[in-house]
Amino acid sequence: MKTCLVVDDSRVIRKVARRVLEDIGFEIAEAADGMEALAWCRAAMPDAVLLDWNMPVMNGIEFLRQLRNEPGGDTPTVVFCTVENDVDHIRAALEAGANEYIMKPFDGEIIAAKFAEAGLL
Amino acid sequence: MTPEDMDLLAALGRARAGLAVDVDKTYVVESRLAPLARREGFDSIEALIAALRAKREERLIWAVVEALTFNETSFFRDREVFTHLRDTVLPTLSKARRDQPIRIWSAACSTGQEVYSLAMAAGESREVEPGAKFEFFGSDLSERCLEKAQSGLYTQFEIQRGLPITQLVKHFANQDDTWEISPRIRQSVRWKRINLLSDLSSLGRFDVILLRHVLAGIDASLHGRLIESLAARLADDGVLVLSPDDLLTGAAATLFEASDQAGVFARRPADQAEAAA
Repeated sequence: MKTCLVVDDSRVIRKVARRVLEDIGFEIAEAADGMEALAWCRAAMPDAVLLDWNMPVMNGIEFLRQLRNEPGGDTPTVVFCTVENDVDHIRAALEAGANEYIMKPFDGEIIAAKFAEAGLL
Repeated sequence: MTPEDMDLLAALGRARAGLAVDVDKTYVVESRLAPLARREGFDSIEALIAALRAKREERLIWAVVEALTFNETSFFRDREVFTHLRDTVLPTLSKARRDQPIRIWSAACSTGQEVYSLAMAAGESREVEPGAKFEFFGSDLSERCLEKAQSGLYTQFEIQRGLPITQLVKHFANQDDTWEISPRIRQSVRWKRINLLSDLSSLGRFDVILLRHVLAGIDASLHGRLIESLAARLADDGVLVLSPDDLLTGAAATLFEASDQAGVFARRPADQAEAAA
């Protein structure tokens, strides 16, 4: 079973995302900020990361830049999931190594479509 | 709505546009007519239907028929078809056409996602001859759909269905939650309201005709005639693209499955067509 690390400072969003992703066959781990997420990845690199942008301690883009410099950090497929919905943010995310990008609000259909887009399904 | 109302609507949809309206699915029809009733200033769907019966006004009849059409669509729907067109069909055509434009027609284009997807894919094909020209056409029965298609404006929800993020940043710009396709792509498509049951012979010939996710909403007894009518609009080496699960009902003498890609059909040469018929 593929693993997905859900990184979001909102417990509600993590719960919703977990339910959607479990339905499409992922095993879920959760982190509340970029620092926690990085610790998870150093312990066990996931197949996918669903990543919020704005979080305390370490935000999503900073996490992604650090992740891509970790040993094995180029393997996870990273899908941003954020309220930041302008082209500048999307470009910055792609430059930092994101594979796909979801703009909130999202639903199960969008997550499934974007994960398929990113080659995860 | 009463069963008589449903029968009237089904009969109108069938007669005017060949629509297969399921008379048992009252809720589906109601959900489509409610916005129309509001727009037209009626208090209810029942009032709209009463006016329809009383006046038999052509404009209102067509508005109702258009509202009964099924407009579900998304960018790059059934992605493999677009990959096949980009990597196989369009390169072959570009070699055959040289400096003549390759004409592509989305025959029931709804809100435009299909033809725009193909315009984006054509521009990215590595196999297409440099200098190949494309002409894109989108037609639909519904004026409202065509207006939206032509505007090139999509909601955040619509651009997140099927459109890879790399294509989004390349071809779209946003104003808050509204996303607008680039003028270059938008202006590459010409739009026209066409009832596919009407005489299509004045439209010229096309190299690719798309009629995907349409036949299921059309009365089955009309499929053969419709497919034949579109096949007659194909260039000799053109292809007709149906949905993967559509059948070539009644048109097997004219067309054959052109490749391993389900739903892609080519014309039989004239002598073969006679033999098969």
